[in-house]
Amino acid sequence: MAEQHLSPRLIPDRLQSRSSRMLKSWESLLLVVAILIFALNSFASPYFLDPWNLSDATFNFTEKALIAFAMALVIISGEIDLSVASIIALSSTAMGLAVTMGADTPVLVLVGLGTGLFCGMVNGLLITGLGLPSIVVTIGTMSLFRGLSFIILGDKAYTGYPESFAFFGQGYVWWVFSFELALFAVCAVVFGVLLHKTNFGRTVYAIGNNQTAALFSGVRVGRVKFILFLLTGLMAGIASICLTSRLGSTRPSIALGVELEVVTMVVLGGVSILGGSGTIPGVVLAAFIMGMVTFGFGLLNVPGIVMSIFIGALLISVIALPILWSRARRRMAQ
Amino acid sequence: MLQETTPLRMKPAIALEGISKSFPGVKALSDVSLSLYPGSVTALIGENGAGKSTLVKILTGIYQPDGGTIRVDGVETQFPTAMAASQHGVTAIHQETVLFDELSVAENIFLGHAPRNRFGLIDWKTLNGNARDLLRRVGADIDPTIRLRDLGIANKHMVAIARALSIDASVVIMDEPTAALSHKEIHELYELIDRLKADGKAILFISHKFDEIFRIADRYTVFRDGGMVGAGLIADVDQDQLVKMMVGRDVGQVFPKVDVAIGEPVLTVSGYRHPTEFEDINFELRRGEILGFYGLIGAGRSEFMQSLIGITRPSAGAVKLDGKVLVIRSPSEAIANGIVYVPEERGRQGAIIGLPIFQNVTLPSLNRTSRSGFLKLANEFALAREYTQRLDLRAASLDQDVGTLSGGNQQKVVIAKWLATQPKVIILDEPTKGIDIGSKAAVHAFMSELAGQGLSVIMVSSEIPEIMGMADRVIVMREGRIAGRFERAELTAEKLVRAAAGIATQVEGGAA
Amino acid sequence: MAKLLKNREILLVFAIIALVFLIALRFPGFVEPANLARVYNDTSILIILALGQMAVILTRCIDLSMAANLALSGIVAAMINAAFPGVPIPLLILAVVGLGAVLGSINGLLVWKLDIPPIVVTLGTLTIFRGSIFLLSNGAWINAHQMSDAFKALPRASFAGFAVLSWLSVMAIIAVYLLMTRTPIGRAFFAVGGNPHAAVYTGIDVGRTRFLAYCLSGALAGLAGYLWVSRYAVAYVDIAAGFELDIIAACVIGGISIAGGIGSVGGAVLGSLFLGVIKNALPVINISPFAQLAISGTVIIIAVAVNARTESRKGRVILKKAEAV
Repeated sequence: MAEQHLSPRLIPDRLQSRSSRMLKSWESLLLVVAILIFALNSFASPYFLDPWNLSDATFNFTEKALIAFAMALVIISGEIDLSVASIIALSSTAMGLAVTMGADTPVLVLVGLGTGLFCGMVNGLLITGLGLPSIVVTIGTMSLFRGLSFIILGDKAYTGYPESFAFFGQGYVWWVFSFELALFAVCAVVFGVLLHKTNFGRTVYAIGNNQTAALFSGVRVGRVKFILFLLTGLMAGIASICLTSRLGSTRPSIALGVELEVVTMVVLGGVSILGGSGTIPGVVLAAFIMGMVTFGFGLLNVPGIVMSIFIGALLISVIALPILWSRARRRMAQ
Repeated sequence: MLQETTPLRMKPAIALEGISKSFPGVKALSDVSLSLYPGSVTALIGENGAGKSTLVKILTGIYQPDGGTIRVDGVETQFPTAMAASQHGVTAIHQETVLFDELSVAENIFLGHAPRNRFGLIDWKTLNGNARDLLRRVGADIDPTIRLRDLGIANKHMVAIARALSIDASVVIMDEPTAALSHKEIHELYELIDRLKADGKAILFISHKFDEIFRIADRYTVFRDGGMVGAGLIADVDQDQLVKMMVGRDVGQVFPKVDVAIGEPVLTVSGYRHPTEFEDINFELRRGEILGFYGLIGAGRSEFMQSLIGITRPSAGAVKLDGKVLVIRSPSEAIANGIVYVPEERGRQGAIIGLPIFQNVTLPSLNRTSRSGFLKLANEFALAREYTQRLDLRAASLDQDVGTLSGGNQQKVVIAKWLATQPKVIILDEPTKGIDIGSKAAVHAFMSELAGQGLSVIMVSSEIPEIMGMADRVIVMREGRIAGRFERAELTAEKLVRAAAGIATQVEGGAA
Repeated sequence: MAKLLKNREILLVFAIIALVFLIALRFPGFVEPANLARVYNDTSILIILALGQMAVILTRCIDLSMAANLALSGIVAAMINAAFPGVPIPLLILAVVGLGAVLGSINGLLVWKLDIPPIVVTLGTLTIFRGSIFLLSNGAWINAHQMSDAFKALPRASFAGFAVLSWLSVMAIIAVYLLMTRTPIGRAFFAVGGNPHAAVYTGIDVGRTRFLAYCLSGALAGLAGYLWVSRYAVAYVDIAAGFELDIIAACVIGGISIAGGIGSVGGAVLGSLFLGVIKNALPVINISPFAQLAISGTVIIIAVAVNARTESRKGRVILKKAEAV
């Protein structure tokens, strides 16, 4: 190594080792919090540590986390997709419609995935094709997609899903490990590799930090963003299959407000809402934390809407606290 | 005029003493002093990065100095906000006139101090009337009720000056006001400045153009590397002395241009045009050649270069590279074909601040460093090391955020990024704008080295010494057209300036 | 004429007239003055809210919490009325306007002092406000019989042939119009959204201006909260759920640029009326009310696409020849 570089100014690759950087990261803080909450929960309720109870607890976050992985990439690239909950509703409605036409499980899955992809394509085309701001476009498609569900369903509901369809939301792969949990694990690895180990992931970071410079550097910005919205649609479709299968029914109000929880999960995971930074391991930890808190509140009989206060406050404070912290540190330094 | 000759007895309108300002890692100003006198124009001279804009920001209350005092009419004052500076009568007219495109001309003049009626509501009738009067005073024939975005750049300047008059400013800062103006407009500006002087305003005039400085200024202050290196009366100095103060050395020694054997044509551009930005662009670029593109800011050089690499589409024209016709629709296609563009706006278009150095360097070359779409960090570090070392980058590690580097070192990373794609043609747009002298020399030396290795270089520059020092051949652009072509041997500063300003009676290829 | 067509307000007036005309072709009853007055009255609350949202969007921010603020303010008004029927209604209105402004100021402070992106702040406060309603009311409904007659009567009362609700919205339009065009703070909203950097040079505090925009949107949401609850004579956790989208839709349709700095009171009012006409026409022309959400969504997308086209800047004009054209 050394003899190659006779120049007196040898610039080292890294100053900090990867492990020391990891220790100081947001993710390790999240890990500590996760462990604390886990300990608190097991302290608060004797039923918490039961494997089956823990397994039940995972359903609180798996579906949302599936979308959060794709959403993390979208937010890192500097965009946002607020239509994901409505995509769930439209996919679920499409599957319900397919059931009434006699479709069986494989067809239902295809319909669910296809609807998700289609919705993602609509978002992607409007945002990258016409160059419209993603926040307004997805507020629009959020009304549009759910509105279509309302037009199709009105105040009715679809039930009568085939028995084999129940596997996706209720089935177990092995012992206490549900299909959803397994899917969550697989997707965590796939998205982790995609974001952190591939050229594609690198371009996502580049776009999020400086879109213009990325374009000048030969990154196909429009294409990357289109793929991200497509991917988010697909993941919302997958989440819709799981949720519909778990509930066994479809109403147009299904998954109302889930977009907020997904965005909160992503931001809690350390992804900057302004784009450019964040990791998949962070999102995974955030998913665990939110799931366990929800479950803990459930054990304490706290109603769901109070949970939403907690989530809203969490969303604001995870962004506010680092800002306050750095200000306090600066003041101390002076 | 009598006072003009006896400055020592006059009290300055504003005096800065011992001002210092640091940013993390950079000392932008150290112990500088500057006095502006009523009825007098002071030229602030210095290379890009000498600290002029930092000083302007301190004068207008945007930055707070770390040390030193500000005295207005002899009274020690502080400008904690932009409003405070404005209340003390200091106002600035900026390079990119910072006003509001969507608001009316009149409102742009009176925003923040609009006349009110007895109910405390804004009195639009008086406001428009006053605006009309002020515009007449600056000699601009503009309807005050139209939106600002419908005005040209020269008229926007007039609006900015009218605004300065409207707050009854005693100190007017003009930051390169002539940069985008035509010859006639510049003369109108001179007349206006004379009128402002007669009104007793103290004017700080920032410019790179010496003819302007000698035409309009009474005094000078020279900055270099954040310090003050000279000040006095313009009548006591000549251009050479000012240049020497500015650069701290003789101009001739700066440029390490090596003579290179010029080879066969590499890039041929013919009949290139765009509906609003440029037309009739024809030229050849040869192997080992450095082709300079000179012109005033806004002459269409960057727009043409960006069109060449597929950022915008030309309406007609052909590009041949090594004899093959190319159609380039995006920067990625340009890079794949071996044409790269190092953009002018480093922070916006060049560096990706937030990503580490090595990721910046390898971004356009990821296809080469990776294996079937998967990153190979070892290859990336090797490539980044190779090119950053060739450019003599100074950094703590390759894993450092590029945003923590100084401007000059950021520029080295940016050049390394595009060079690592192994191009045949490299276009450098204002490659040394706003970087320190040491980095400047490194960039120039490197440019020479590249040409020596057979690379073809296009250098867009607005600095005459740089063009004269580095280019084998120069194309001058004016108002979107080629206004002159010069070989190195026949190059003089006067010829360049004349062609760029459109003063020459007849130049080859120039549009009449 | 071409210049006329570029004017968003005039274009919208034509669009609304065309829409009404089309409906009238088949259902002449729709254009009877009494019905048009009813349509306006029905749109009044949306207009009041859109005025507040306009101010926020002008400063390059967004307020997703307006409907939740409305619901919280409205339910507090109903609870005060149920507990103390003696409190005079004008005082009550003043109190909820104040409460709305305080809730809005929370958004404003977070955006101003902590620099948190507005979308995150208002997404968060949206859920917090909704959750707080549940905590306050324990999930219970407050029904018509719990409210005093005076409380319910005010918006329905008639004055000079129009409902007080309509008059209140007209007063809000005039007040906000004066604020936007004739006061320094109103002009500061435009300046901050149009060019925040330049605004600093003219002595405008960008953060403070945004804070005041949020206070205004909050105050108007508070007013709308009382009007909503008293008009429909019922208050519960989910009132006006999802209405924040209609408010934003009205603004986007009205030509208020989501990028800030461009917009007008006329645009916000006309955008609201456009949505109001559609909403009132749906039952008349026999389209399921369930279609309204999808139509809002489609209109938002079309409006933002149209806005983007009219705002898109041409390249620089460098060639003198091109400048002359």
